[in-house]
Amino acid sequence: MSVSILIFIALLLPVLSGILNIVFRNKADLRDSLTLLGTFLTFYTCLNIYWGFEGEIFHVSLFTIMPGLEVAFHLEPLGIIFSLLASGLWILTHIYAVGYMRGAKEKNHSRFFLFFSISIATVMGISFSANLFTLFLFYELLTLITFPLVSHKGSKDALRGARVYLSILLGTSVGLQLLGIIWIYYNVGTLDFIAGGILGDYFSYTELIILVGLFAFGIGKAALFPFHRWLPAAMVAPTPVSALLHAVAVVKAGVFTVLKVGIYIFGVEKLAISETTDWVVWIACFSILFASLIAMKKDNLKARLAYSTISQLAYVVLGFALANSLGILGGTLQIITHAFGKITLFMCAGSIYVATKKTNISDMRGLGRIMPITFLSFLIGAISIIGLPPLGGSWSKWYLILASLEAEKQFVVIVLLISSLLNIGYLLPLVARGFFLKPDTETENKRFSEPNLLVWLPPAITAAISFLLFFYMDYIRNFTVEFGLVN
Amino acid sequence: MASEIKQTVLHLSDHLPILQVVVPMLIAPIIVIFNNRLIAWLLSFFGTIICLIISVALMWATADGSVLTYFLGGWVPPVGIEYRIDAANSILLFLISVISVIVMFFSSNALISEVPKEKHTLFYACFLLCLTGLLGVVATADIFNVFVFLEISSLSTYVLVAQGSYVDRRALSASFNYLIMGTIGATFFVIGIGFIYMATGSLNMMDISERALELGNNRTIQAGFAFIIVGMGLKLAMVPLHIWLPNAYSFAPTVVTCFLAATATKVALYVLIRFVFSVFNYQYGFVSEIFLFLLMPLGIIAMIVGSVIAIFKQNLKKLLAYSSLAQIGYMVLGLSLLSEKGLSASLVHMVNHGFTKAALFMALGAFIINTKNPYLSSIKGLGKAMPLTSAAFVVGGLSLIGVPGTAGFISKWLLIEAVLEAGYWVVAVAILVSSLFAVIYIWKIVEVLYFNEKPENHGELSFYLVSPIWILALFCIFLGLNTGLTVDIANMAAEILF
Amino acid sequence: MTMSGDMDSYYLSFIYGHLPYWLFIILMLSGLFIVVSRGNLIKKIVGLNIFQTSVFMFYISIGKISGGTAPILLDKAAGKTDVLYSNPLPHVLILTAIVVGIATTALGLALIIRIREEYNTIEEDEILEMDTQAYRAKNKDNAFEIET
Repeated sequence: MSVSILIFIALLLPVLSGILNIVFRNKADLRDSLTLLGTFLTFYTCLNIYWGFEGEIFHVSLFTIMPGLEVAFHLEPLGIIFSLLASGLWILTHIYAVGYMRGAKEKNHSRFFLFFSISIATVMGISFSANLFTLFLFYELLTLITFPLVSHKGSKDALRGARVYLSILLGTSVGLQLLGIIWIYYNVGTLDFIAGGILGDYFSYTELIILVGLFAFGIGKAALFPFHRWLPAAMVAPTPVSALLHAVAVVKAGVFTVLKVGIYIFGVEKLAISETTDWVVWIACFSILFASLIAMKKDNLKARLAYSTISQLAYVVLGFALANSLGILGGTLQIITHAFGKITLFMCAGSIYVATKKTNISDMRGLGRIMPITFLSFLIGAISIIGLPPLGGSWSKWYLILASLEAEKQFVVIVLLISSLLNIGYLLPLVARGFFLKPDTETENKRFSEPNLLVWLPPAITAAISFLLFFYMDYIRNFTVEFGLVN
Repeated sequence: MASEIKQTVLHLSDHLPILQVVVPMLIAPIIVIFNNRLIAWLLSFFGTIICLIISVALMWATADGSVLTYFLGGWVPPVGIEYRIDAANSILLFLISVISVIVMFFSSNALISEVPKEKHTLFYACFLLCLTGLLGVVATADIFNVFVFLEISSLSTYVLVAQGSYVDRRALSASFNYLIMGTIGATFFVIGIGFIYMATGSLNMMDISERALELGNNRTIQAGFAFIIVGMGLKLAMVPLHIWLPNAYSFAPTVVTCFLAATATKVALYVLIRFVFSVFNYQYGFVSEIFLFLLMPLGIIAMIVGSVIAIFKQNLKKLLAYSSLAQIGYMVLGLSLLSEKGLSASLVHMVNHGFTKAALFMALGAFIINTKNPYLSSIKGLGKAMPLTSAAFVVGGLSLIGVPGTAGFISKWLLIEAVLEAGYWVVAVAILVSSLFAVIYIWKIVEVLYFNEKPENHGELSFYLVSPIWILALFCIFLGLNTGLTVDIANMAAEILF
Repeated sequence: MTMSGDMDSYYLSFIYGHLPYWLFIILMLSGLFIVVSRGNLIKKIVGLNIFQTSVFMFYISIGKISGGTAPILLDKAAGKTDVLYSNPLPHVLILTAIVVGIATTALGLALIIRIREEYNTIEEDEILEMDTQAYRAKNKDNAFEIET
């Protein structure tokens, strides 16, 4: 099958699964298994795209809106990695979501899965987009489609959170990013992603700095300070949404866009020579430390994880801002390892909620003995996030440290080390509390047990993959090197 | 010289420019004679469809940049009245005709809830006359003819707006105020025409522009230009001459609001464009100064202030009316750049906003049919009770905001590009800020629609009411993905006008 | 003649020579003033009529040529070649404008009749007051928004 057809299948399969959800809305089992089939097929399609990819330049245009402004798709290593990541984790999250939605007795399942599936389709669109316009189109669609997911509970709180979510994401993208895109289009006349960048000499030094700012802040999904508030606000969503969308799809779409713009619009070398991203390094460093410090203070587990995500996303932005090949590699690896690590943590948080209805860390004393698998998974995920061997997360930190040394910004190394210490400080106490502290009364935890298989298995799998990533990281690195993403 | 007069065979196609205007005008008295509600609707619907077919044919003929001229009664201009169709007005003729067909279809079931049955025949007659006026303004190349058609459309519009009095008596005073303001505007416009005629001795647009070129910076022409700007500013509701618009839009029957919001102000703006580019020479110092120092600031103010006021409105018809003011600001802004790109952006936005606002007003009208009042509090939970209508409303809202993939995005894109070309950074930011305000007031409605309990007594409306709304909503998406219809023709038009 | 006498006669002839325009401006402004300042709807219509009439005068004065006669082609047909005609076109145009003006007036008066039926008054501020009170009575929650 030709690649272009595969891309369209990858785009349409999730939409189809979503529609089937509505068609069979009254037959829960059939509906959920059909979607499961859809998730597998989507992942298989993405795998096929990956297997068929040989670095050839490939470009398929769906339709042209104006000259130089078309909805088009292409393939490049970063996009393939992202599509594999999103579709692969969709399988696990779907299984988990089925268990969670039934276990936590949430309402409106079919609507939930409809939007969930379609949001994956837009993620596919983002990862295969061949130009900035297509990327922007799917980026905005993703915001709008995830809105009903965030506000799923329909309560006042959910609505308020969703409002913050929408206003910051739309506000930054329309107010800043769009301006940058039109500016580039007006000066250069094209928005295509081309290795080495397309900007040429159209922009002066000052203009480049402004442009970098328009994108660094305009891509609100990357949650760079001060536009990070939407992420904690979005935690009102059911946990599967937080897990897939706010650890993988949405936030990763943000940093993916940052990297993609850095590599294919600005051009890494051009950024390095012009030194226009230096100030973003500072912002990213500040964002890393600031979010970690706030995370320390949060007692609500999901809020703590959200701030941790903000901090970890800034790592990727840092990779872009360091403007060298190692930085890009570090950022790419961070997208992958953080996805597995954070989704594990979120799913564990959800498991705890399903089993005990507890959301605050201070209430979780002694739960580890009752739910050992969940808490072990949490521990593994946490260590990966912290960046300790032998877990995948250590590699991305490793390359980012190398990148900051190459860019001769030693202070970044210190920031990264402090951040890892802070990570230990806010992630591990929960595990310690769960295993070593005793609940207030002996009988309090007796009524709880591990939740059903659908809920505890997926985080265990992602934790295991986090572990495997440590050993197979070279494989991914080679893939990026082979096709010229980094050198 | 009788030998030079050729025996020409009359082709129907040669008469399309005049048929476009005459068809609705002839049907109007016929339906009054029949005085039967059903026949009136059938004939009007039939008439609007003929208008649509003609406008498509005209657009087809002029899409390559050619110009169709038609001499009324065979009198050659400047003595006779000329009808002149090029890319710029064919796209507007198309917009007006399409909207009129869809609105007519919608009114078959919607009108009954707002206007008593026995008035329907006269209502349709007025509607057709209004359509005649709008089409005539756009088609003609004779400036006095513009005035006459403008008044035909305005007078029938006052009547149509006053029809809202069966639901809310405030429609009467709204219509009366509109009449006063509109007549002042029209009279200013006539004075302007008088000055132009004084200086040039001609009423034909092409003729005037040639003669005015010889006169150069003539004081009389400048005075005429000033009067025309004010007159048209009143008709197109340019801030600060807009005060008639919110009331007229919100108290008129939905069918009328829908039609007016999509067409009337655009036609007035078109007249302004025509005068600036075809009658006056835009390169005159006084024209460009007025545009830069008067129209551009006013456009920006309209854009921001209109959107901000819209945010605080509880009456949804009024909310959309103020949003229209802001959108008119965009169009005025595009025009005020006096560049080919700006003009093309303005034209594209006219069409795109026409469809968008028509979709929004129509969906709102469908809500009002159910709830009987236009307030935000009354549409609670309708997203669940009327899923199709609400979804169409959301699509229209997204287009108004300018989300990529919708018509509104294209026009905003073009406008920002044009603004950047002119080097006005701050203005580009203002445009984006105004779209963010649009997010606020649209989302305010969306939340009320979807995040409330499903009301018991309301249900989805019939096919005849929902399908026209969805046709408009699909236009919003279609024009966002395929710009062959809008951008290409607008570019062609901008090229011709320059 | 002295210099100042020259200037005086210049101004005099400027004023005298443009007499129709002065009248036009005075009429136009007084009409406009009445429309804006009067609260009585009938008076507004009267003002509008004066305003429009000023334009009719303006058009007719455009068409007049000094020494020109009515544009009836009999003289020329009789062989006279040096006859000067006034321009008839503005008269024709203004006939149309008069028709439009009458239609506007008629419609305005019809609206006033309907307004009187509904409100029992034709004073603008009283109508406004009644609308505001009706609105406040109906929408106690939305007190912030003043509808007019």
